[in-house]
Amino acid sequence: MKYIDPHIHMVSRTTDDYARMAQAGCVAVTEPAFWAGFDRSSAQGFYDYFRQLTDYEPRRAAQFGIRHFCWICINPKEAEDPAFAREVIKFIPEFLGKPNVLGVGEVGLNKNTRNELAILEEQIALAVEHEQLILVHTPHLEDKLKGTRLTMDALEAAGAQPGRVLIDHVEEHTVGEVLGRGYWAGMTLYPDSKCTPQRAVDIIEQFGSERLWINSAGDWGVSDPLSVPKCHVEMLRRGHPRELVEKISYENPRAFLSQSPKFSLD
Amino acid sequence: MNDTPCPMPRPDVIDTYFQEHRAKLIDIAAFLDRVDRSSGGVDDDVRVRALHKAIPLLIDGRGDRARRILELLSDPTTDPVDQAPAKGAIGVDPNGSY
Ligand SMILES: [Zn+2]
Repeated sequence: MKYIDPHIHMVSRTTDDYARMAQAGCVAVTEPAFWAGFDRSSAQGFYDYFRQLTDYEPRRAAQFGIRHFCWICINPKEAEDPAFAREVIKFIPEFLGKPNVLGVGEVGLNKNTRNELAILEEQIALAVEHEQLILVHTPHLEDKLKGTRLTMDALEAAGAQPGRVLIDHVEEHTVGEVLGRGYWAGMTLYPDSKCTPQRAVDIIEQFGSERLWINSAGDWGVSDPLSVPKCHVEMLRRGHPRELVEKISYENPRAFLSQSPKFSLD
Repeated sequence: MNDTPCPMPRPDVIDTYFQEHRAKLIDIAAFLDRVDRSSGGVDDDVRVRALHKAIPLLIDGRGDRARRILELLSDPTTDPVDQAPAKGAIGVDPNGSY
């Protein structure tokens, strides 16, 4: 079954993973800019990372018939030093014009600090000014509920349209409020922590399939680039129709992402 | 919330998932035993206290257990903090009165 994985960090994955994803039906990925597991020592480190996302990675994906799109930003884990973050923000507009860049992301909060929030607000303003879609990372564990609310407040204060913002890594305690405030919501599937495929399907059963998608967020940590098709199997074995699987995993991401004129599956 | 029922009949839900969750329950029991058998550090780690507080929610007869446990384990404050002690999260509210 064809699908889109709208949040996966392919720079951390092998070429074999592209091959296996293509075999499982993946036709497109979108890759947000994120933390590499260590702090970059200079803004130039980000510049090269953005070149990798906008130039090299689409070519690697194309070998397997997968369309590669990305999102550009400075991630919240490296936003604690505002002066450093602003050096990076300065050259983000140059990359927003690249053909595979869909918007600003994954921006958000990590530990809900004032510095993180200031840099988030500056990047939301940049996205609004450049009419970009926004992909939001929400904090993990005990920080998620508070961070999700602070982020939505910041988006609303900046006049971002909720329908052009996807708030990712929702769980049972945040999904209702995210959808209720008009945003799109992403569920991230992890093999052994946070949201499992089973819980993602539970959430779909409880909250419906409007403005909701699933992704693997595969990266350098314990993660599974095939967790999206594994979730399809979970939906089908519970007796959900194929149309619902296609809606969650293909039609919904296509609808949200198509708000960027650069997104195309042709 | 639209609350579509799970389309899988209840006997099949139990057949499909019981073994997996039985194993997870025993994992929790064995973890608590392991904590008891170990020594050093603080006697009442906030994470273990939070776990003790969360477990009764499983059997209080009310629904939305996953949401309510996640809320119990969340930082309930609303203002941004000046500084974080570390990049990572520990899984429970470090200042929680568990
Ligand atoms: Zn990510």
